Amino acid sequence: MKNIRNFSIIAHIDHGKSTLSDRMIQSSKIISDRDFKDQILDSMDIERERGITIKSQTVCLPYKSKDGKTYDLNLIDTPGHVDFTYEVSRALASCEGALLLIDASQGVEAQTLANLYLALEHNLEIIPVINKIDLPSADIDRVKNQIEEDLGLDPETAILASAKDGVGIDTIMEAVVRKLPPPVGDADAPLKALIFDSHYDPFRGTVVHFRIKDGTIRSGDRIRFMSNNATYKVEEVGVFQIVRVPKKELTAGEVGYMIAGIKTVSDTRCGDTVTHHRRPCDKALSGFKEAKPVVFSSIYPVASDAYEDLIVAMEKLKLNDASLIYEKDSSAALGFGFRCGFLGLLHLEVVQERLEREYDLSLILTAPSVRYRLMMNDGEERVIDNPALYPDPTNIEYAMEPYIKAAIIIPDRYMGAVMKLCLERRGINKNYQYLTNKRLEMVFELPLGEVIYDFYDRLKSITQGYGSFDYELIDYRRTDLVKLDFLINGERVDALSMLIHRDNAVNRARIACDKLKEEIPRQMFKIAIQGAIGGNIISRSTVSAFRKDVTAKCYGGDISRKRKLLEKQKKGKKRMKMVGQVMLPQSAFLAVLKTDTD
Amino acid sequence: MEKESPPPTGHLSRPSAEASTFPTPAGLYIHVPFCRAKCPYCDFYSVTDRSLIPEYTAALLAELNMLRNRVPRADTVYFGGGTPSVLFPLQVAQILEGLHACFSLTPDVETTLEVNPGTVDKAALAAYREAGISRLNIGLQSIDDQTLAFLGRIHTAKKGIDTYRWAREVGFDNVGLDLIYGVPGQTRSRWEGEMAEVVQLAPDHLSCYTLTIEPGTPMAKKVENGLVHPLEEQTAGELFSATAQYLNRRGYRQYEISNFARIAEGDTTDRRSRHNRKYWTFAPYLGFGPAAHSFLDNTRWWNHRSLDDYLADLKAGKRPVAGTEMLTREQQMMEFIYLGLRQTDGIDTVDFASRFMADFADHFEPEVTRLLNEGLVERLSGRVRLTTRGMRFLEHVVDRLLS
Ligand SMILES: Nc1nc2c(ncn2[C@@H]2O[C@H](COP(=O)(O)OP(=O)(O)OP(=O)(O)O)[C@@H](O)[C@H]2O)c(=O)[nH]1
Ligand code: SF4
Ligand SMILES: [Mg+2]
Repeated sequence: MKNIRNFSIIAHIDHGKSTLSDRMIQSSKIISDRDFKDQILDSMDIERERGITIKSQTVCLPYKSKDGKTYDLNLIDTPGHVDFTYEVSRALASCEGALLLIDASQGVEAQTLANLYLALEHNLEIIPVINKIDLPSADIDRVKNQIEEDLGLDPETAILASAKDGVGIDTIMEAVVRKLPPPVGDADAPLKALIFDSHYDPFRGTVVHFRIKDGTIRSGDRIRFMSNNATYKVEEVGVFQIVRVPKKELTAGEVGYMIAGIKTVSDTRCGDTVTHHRRPCDKALSGFKEAKPVVFSSIYPVASDAYEDLIVAMEKLKLNDASLIYEKDSSAALGFGFRCGFLGLLHLEVVQERLEREYDLSLILTAPSVRYRLMMNDGEERVIDNPALYPDPTNIEYAMEPYIKAAIIIPDRYMGAVMKLCLERRGINKNYQYLTNKRLEMVFELPLGEVIYDFYDRLKSITQGYGSFDYELIDYRRTDLVKLDFLINGERVDALSMLIHRDNAVNRARIACDKLKEEIPRQMFKIAIQGAIGGNIISRSTVSAFRKDVTAKCYGGDISRKRKLLEKQKKGKKRMKMVGQVMLPQSAFLAVLKTDTD
Repeated sequence: MEKESPPPTGHLSRPSAEASTFPTPAGLYIHVPFCRAKCPYCDFYSVTDRSLIPEYTAALLAELNMLRNRVPRADTVYFGGGTPSVLFPLQVAQILEGLHACFSLTPDVETTLEVNPGTVDKAALAAYREAGISRLNIGLQSIDDQTLAFLGRIHTAKKGIDTYRWAREVGFDNVGLDLIYGVPGQTRSRWEGEMAEVVQLAPDHLSCYTLTIEPGTPMAKKVENGLVHPLEEQTAGELFSATAQYLNRRGYRQYEISNFARIAEGDTTDRRSRHNRKYWTFAPYLGFGPAAHSFLDNTRWWNHRSLDDYLADLKAGKRPVAGTEMLTREQQMMEFIYLGLRQTDGIDTVDFASRFMADFADHFEPEVTRLLNEGLVERLSGRVRLTTRGMRFLEHVVDRLLS
């Protein structure tokens, strides 16, 4: 066990975690140069397309240290985006140490701080690494200064690196061995293993990712999940080295996987403890704190007969995304679906994309909402995150909405722009302070509902990418809440409704009507689109009827060209939902979420 | 939508009993990819450099030879383009000779040449006839010089009408005219005025196309830059309906969205374009020349849309094919519906049943009933076809039937 090191790489988004992982993987030679590709641990299509990490990934690297011994380094690459913090915190729970990466030109940012605090909560040993020193704009002295001032770490321990150019990799590997403690645990004690992730393999059932705290596990063992007492016979254990590499056994301190013919997806729960059936440990590990969703939205299949498929897909996705929370829901317009809680809007998008890609579904998501508290006239308090359940407003005494405390770090020249943005979003500036030279930390209290949409994108754009942002929920405050409905040809479409502050209603309704007009395909009749609060119409637009819809020419013998167009249209139609007489494309449901006119 | 798996490849559609004993004669298409000048609205494949015509002709003859006897019989030949009338009559004669050598053409073969009025004189027309052309299709486009200028045509209205008259004078008894309407600013009365003059000429056939802004053309660029304002959809729709109404009343029967054939009392001559009907009725056709398309045995293929690539392949002794596709059963159905509805004969549900071994109603109810109720389609002895109003919404109807 002395020859094992378990560590995560943590950082603000884009500071180079996955790239550093690449270099460490290459130096351990577990993969041939021919099979290697950049950010190899970002294996999902969405990760590669967006260039960000969404899932934590473990990889076991053999390393021959300068002391002559060989070590197994279990590296976990983590995501940097706030929406995936739950991935980071679970990764940290199976480690003894962490590499905290800081971009040499960007310096310490909001998630650098947030992730450092997370690691400290787990009592991890931290090695700061200043990355991207190859950049012309790298300012190592400034970053060292920040490490000391902002992070309270010893700047002299920071390793200088360029993951891109492979500078400092050996120093980092050596520091991992020397500075990080080996795991503790008793290989002979009863088995106690923490499930921190899992995924579904269509051929082999659930693959459990776990960290062995005590004991030893071998194939053939009978194991038990402690939360539900489900038992299985182990078929295979092993470690991740880009691909799964089977091992004879895994023992205390190790990180790896287990396959045990688990077909019942719901048996496996993240945070659960795996033990031996015959010789169980006395007490389960404490597991993880539940993820706290902040954004809620309902998911419906476009094809109403796809609900069964959606159930299965949700279960399987949940295996691989422990932060996803859902329950059954139904809508007059869209039929059966699920009400889901997400950690943010990017998380919501990722869930939708993964369901669509990995499970071949076509989905509609309703307008995201935060969770409100309603004080009713009769003294009762109701918690609601679903516009469909909004009660008759005359029975509501008042409503409260969640507020966050947002910490925004920017170069001070953007102070005015950020102030303006936050005030537009009903924010209150609490204070600001200079961190190191010309870097300002501004603290705002903001309604969460104003932040979930495009706040982060706007912040990034007004600060030319320099602004970073982190937040925590603080409390609920009174608000003037209304329910905004949309009517298509007089028919209210429940899935388009949203809860919103009265001051924003008219503007949002107007933009949404315009967007809907662009998205709804024209038909043989006029389509009226209206935004309404109660019986009060506050915005409207019209999709005019076809006057003509015929192509004059049929391009000689080129029938293929026309047919391909028809095929494309037909595919598009599959993504539409009939509401009354009107075809609503999936994009219409997204359109109402847009806050900008562009 | 599919109920049964398709039968083994190669015979995806079941030819009807009659057709298997007497296979439908094929059409032969020759694409002549040369024009004197490029019209800004056009997206057909052609080049203006005509120095390669001799090489093209040689390559074409080689290509004909490669497909020698691929179809047992052909009863149409169509020179399209581009501008086939940039070829000398002698070159046309050579190609026709090649066609005769490689295929068995029926005695009554319909041999059409598309003519741009700006490229011919009376003597040339006579010579084409001499060479074996039996039908002319003249790209008159308009009899209004302003419209012709807007369209960037290389001829005046007078030259167009003269060309038509010469065609008659040199003995062509089957002449069609192409017209374009729906140009910016056009009104119903102006368009009807044009049609009136054209009808006076008594052509055998009329093709009337609405001006379509094709992406990537110079005309599309102008629209993008706000230099040209396409007609309002409402007006374009009215002109479309007015066209069929006007011509039907004056002895020109619409048989396809944009095509009309003259009918005369006591005369049973079928003046519909036999060749173009091949495209709409799933009949086999072979296309030669760059960008030409072919259809045979449920397979579609198309040649390079580039004269250089076309010539290079043939020089290397290869067939100049750019792509091939074998139609799935679902694709065949799609085309059958779309092409059927383009014609006033509509979809032949009996033919549908025998081709696909499936009932039309099973596949397309209840949408057909809805369309019937909305007055967009009508049922007529085993056929489903667009109503006069439905014609104007062809794409919409097809879209609904197919989804
Ligand atoms: N110049 C330079 N660029 C680097 C270096 N390391 C990473 N990058 C670039 O920085 C960008 C982000 O790198 P990633 O490795 O994906 O960053 P990450 O921290 O994993 O990002 P998330 O997983 O999304 O939080 C990529 O374009 C990398 O090529 C470095 O040392 N020097
Ligand atoms: S002459 Fe005909 S083929 Fe040539 S550019 Fe004009 S419209 Fe197109
Ligand atoms: Mg990454």
